[in-house]
Amino acid sequence: MTLEELRQIASKEKESRQQFSHCLNVCMAAGCLSAHSDAVKESLVEEIATVGLRGSCKVQSVGCMGLCSAGPLVSVEPTGTLYQGVGPDDATDIIRGLSEEEPVSRLECSRQVPFFERQVAIVLENSGRIDPERAEDYIAAGGYEALIKTVTEMRPNEVIEQVSKSGLRGRGGAGYPTGLKWGTVAKAQGSPKYVICNADEGDPGAFMDRSVLESDPQRVIEGMTIAAYAVGASQGYIYVRAEYPLAVKRLQTAIRQARHLELLGREICDTEFSFDVDLRLGAGAFVCGEETALIASIEGKRGTPSPRPPYPAQSGLWGQPTLINNVETYANVPPIIRNGGEWYASRGTGKSKGTKVFALTGRIAHTGLIEVPMGMTLREIIFDVGGGIPEGRKFKAVQTGGPSGGCIPEPLLDMPVDYDSLAQAGSIMGSGGMIVMDETSCMVDVAKFFMEFCMSESCGKCIPCRAGTAQMYDLLAKITDGSATHDDLKMLEELCDLVKFTSLCGLGQTAPNPVISTLRYFRDEYLAHIEEKRCPAGVCKCAELSVAD
Amino acid sequence: MNTYLSTVAPPTDDKRWKLVGATMRRNGYRRDGLIETLHTVQQSFGYLDERSLRYVASSLRVPLSQAFGVATFYHFFSLRPPGEHTCVVCMGTACYIKGAPQLLAEAETATGVKAGETTPDGKVSILTARCLGSCSLAPAVVFDGEVAGKVAPASMLAALQKWTQHDA
Repeated sequence: MTLEELRQIASKEKESRQQFSHCLNVCMAAGCLSAHSDAVKESLVEEIATVGLRGSCKVQSVGCMGLCSAGPLVSVEPTGTLYQGVGPDDATDIIRGLSEEEPVSRLECSRQVPFFERQVAIVLENSGRIDPERAEDYIAAGGYEALIKTVTEMRPNEVIEQVSKSGLRGRGGAGYPTGLKWGTVAKAQGSPKYVICNADEGDPGAFMDRSVLESDPQRVIEGMTIAAYAVGASQGYIYVRAEYPLAVKRLQTAIRQARHLELLGREICDTEFSFDVDLRLGAGAFVCGEETALIASIEGKRGTPSPRPPYPAQSGLWGQPTLINNVETYANVPPIIRNGGEWYASRGTGKSKGTKVFALTGRIAHTGLIEVPMGMTLREIIFDVGGGIPEGRKFKAVQTGGPSGGCIPEPLLDMPVDYDSLAQAGSIMGSGGMIVMDETSCMVDVAKFFMEFCMSESCGKCIPCRAGTAQMYDLLAKITDGSATHDDLKMLEELCDLVKFTSLCGLGQTAPNPVISTLRYFRDEYLAHIEEKRCPAGVCKCAELSVAD
Repeated sequence: MNTYLSTVAPPTDDKRWKLVGATMRRNGYRRDGLIETLHTVQQSFGYLDERSLRYVASSLRVPLSQAFGVATFYHFFSLRPPGEHTCVVCMGTACYIKGAPQLLAEAETATGVKAGETTPDGKVSILTARCLGSCSLAPAVVFDGEVAGKVAPASMLAALQKWTQHDA
């Protein structure tokens, strides 16, 4: 494959699209699919055939358009009209609207709202616009140009230099500088080297990676291949959750197509560089998001972590130098190579560059997937982009970072969202889950929920995590049922410290975070449970007792 | 990473073992293909029993203890056969905030079994999931593999009732 051949594919694809005066994009990502967007697509195709528009109107499956709560979503090109809550019965009206050039107002969803206007799409630039099951569509959108440029024009250290310049940091949560990591693996002695994509999105309440894989899988493969070229690897693995069957299917299709186009495999672009990717399915273990546990799982073993050092960069998969990055990190790579590191670094804040994809969920008007520049404040994300809290309720807290993160209260909402500010507030960026809670949520109960999660997901290898999380859970259960004393609270705080500083891996080290952050900002709720045997939010069982009294 | 040729015969002449054999072959009968193979077993048979674990372990030359360790470590693998119908209540954070615990409690009351169990007649299994990633549709429930979003207790009970009544 040469650049000319690639551009030929792109122009052929564009030409074939120009035959059609209209293209209807139907979202076929998991969110809209569960609202039966497949039936919507079918009835649109039928209706087009019935009215005899088959030659001028095309229906295409695309990935996530972001506003999942309003699904199924259908967008019309070239007018850009967006329809929400579309049912199979709406097909007649939509198709009539096309020929009369008058959008169906009852289904129309305005794009002139903060939800769309405040977003900046880099990772999600193709999401909802291209058919995720067709490589040609990705190529027509500029896909694989970065890969060809990389292997034919750039030296590995130049690739790493651009990634370093971009300021990209690991999007899996910890925020380790990506360029630095690539440099370490590139310098490591040993062959073969491996590249792994961590798609084991275990945080409950997060679905960024799933959406990227379902909407634009080729981008992740391109990013991984560029990374492999930069570090000198010849084999890659994508470790993806078995709980995401659609993402698995689309990745399989994408890998097959990339191999067919000789963008994966031996001697890519007639150079000496060979690289192939295989899928490995996770099997439902949260700890496998930790890199050493993930490697153990790819080797077919129980996913238990190992002490670091040695880091995977030195000794990873089968003892070889291994690069591990998250889905979103790889998805950022092609545009960085295409436009240069400085272009990417022009967005974001001092130490957190570029954009971040968040999954907005919980008690918020617009649940869905968003991509915003780093440094936007939480208030802007929740109240402007997210549309605020529905049903006239009051905002209480936003949880970021999943079971490893914390709850951030109202007074801190004007904080810019970047790695360092979130850490200062006692939470973490995490992979991008953002769960909004209103006054109907009890913060002690939320802390208990996360502790139950960590307790049952603890792999059992080290004692502080295995026994500590169970003890902390018991104490939290005591508080929520109204039988705890001040001594229990003191013990809980001591355990937070102990588990945090003595656990082996990230799971245990961060497991106390939800407790620590809720104790820091919502201590009065803990005290109400202990002193007054009362749950201020009316969630916990002790509340029922006090009503009976 | 030596490649071995398997000499172990499948436990029965059930055709589904061919799928299992194909997965092992695709992975060159290497030990690191254990999880992939167990996925195929579960996909084909619905669960992992002792017989299949013994077969896979000896084919891949993995100690049975390691195969059993892997099978019990990962939540996705089940050592018991699932019910005829499965109802999976998502207990991810977004669903939890939006009332998943109440949904689960209703399902447990309606069927008389706890999460993770199957009704004595083998009709319905009530299960929980960590997070389906369908957070924007919270609370989500998977009925026989199909995700339903924004589930209300009434619609869930109707679905459960359909299963029990339909076959009665």
